Amino acid sequence: MQDYVQNLADNTLILGQRLAEWCGLGPFLEEDLALTNTCLDIIGQAKMLLEFAAELKEGNETADDLAFMRDQHEFKNVILVEQPNGDYSQTMLRQYFMDVYHVHLYQALSTSTNQKLAGIAAKSLKEVVYHLERSELWIKRMALGTDESFQRVQASLDKLWHYHHELFEETESLTELVKQGIAADPNVLKQLWLKDVNALLASTPLEIPQKGWKATGGRKGHHSEYLGLMLCEMQFLQRAYPNSEW
Amino acid sequence: MNGNVQQVYELLKQVTDPEIPVLSLEDLGVIRDIDVNDSEIIVTISPTYSGCPAMEVMEQDIVDVLKKEGHRVGLPSNIRVETQLSPAWTTDWITEKGKKALFEYGIMPPSKSGEILCPQCESKQVELISQFGSTACKALYRCTDCLEPFDYFKCH
Repeated sequence: MQDYVQNLADNTLILGQRLAEWCGLGPFLEEDLALTNTCLDIIGQAKMLLEFAAELKEGNETADDLAFMRDQHEFKNVILVEQPNGDYSQTMLRQYFMDVYHVHLYQALSTSTNQKLAGIAAKSLKEVVYHLERSELWIKRMALGTDESFQRVQASLDKLWHYHHELFEETESLTELVKQGIAADPNVLKQLWLKDVNALLASTPLEIPQKGWKATGGRKGHHSEYLGLMLCEMQFLQRAYPNSEW
Repeated sequence: MNGNVQQVYELLKQVTDPEIPVLSLEDLGVIRDIDVNDSEIIVTISPTYSGCPAMEVMEQDIVDVLKKEGHRVGLPSNIRVETQLSPAWTTDWITEKGKKALFEYGIMPPSKSGEILCPQCESKQVELISQFGSTACKALYRCTDCLEPFDYFKCH
């Protein structure tokens, strides 16, 4: 159970931190505000999930300890969310993948037999539905825009597609949680995710790469080279000046 | 409501949203429960948006107001603020008074019908500039009659 919540928490924390890197650098002011507002919602979700993850650990660790004092191998997020921002098409495609995932995940979890998880999910669902409207619009706009924008979003799709598999990985402990009605069924989520993503892509000239590999390992703490570098920056202050407060 | 709870409720009318000062906690509809026993006051609130930084300020303001004013009316000085996630807060809980105050302040309140009016000239001729505005709860619009940009408090 702790492992499951930790995965959900880390997905939001790392995605939120990546989005925060855009703060002040957005392509235009309204977009900068939109992306950082999305970031704020996701960090808020991370806070709720990390507090729950800390509670489940039954130790003395707080949500902040989990965010700032763990090392790379202790993070359980999928490798997709730690991928660099790249250009705007890469950021928005990663966001779109995660938005579709989060909408179906939170929808399913809002009826979880675990009351706490159900509460967090119902709260977060309202936010991610709004995020999805925007990221979906961006993918369409870029795919149907100029040659340049199309090529960029196609290149991002070629790069990021292989990472989505990890969102729906099954493990024995997860299967058990699904049986108990606590967790969302990854197979159901995968079908819903593929249906939505395929429908959007079909409305554009974008093509899904046919061959490829499947990213795996993040949920076991095996990450890409990018996570460590991100943590160096994200955790610096708490590592250098432990327990310092705002 | 017993007398003590009523007193706490009255005092909490002083606490406003730090980013939208015309809205009190009551107007926002975030107060879920007030419990007063011999030794402490427990105020339960619903968070608006998960990452909204105003929530922490409001929690602190609740404690400050009750500590400062509460002893005059004989309330206990231990204050605890709890948050309750479900049912999730919705803009339906913003009071009619709150919606009116928003409009007068220049923010179009959440509109279930989808009809959005310019708070300056009340024109219906408006266009969306951005789905997100100056805070997580607002979107940015422009009136095509008087040309003023304005915030719209999103339905949530």
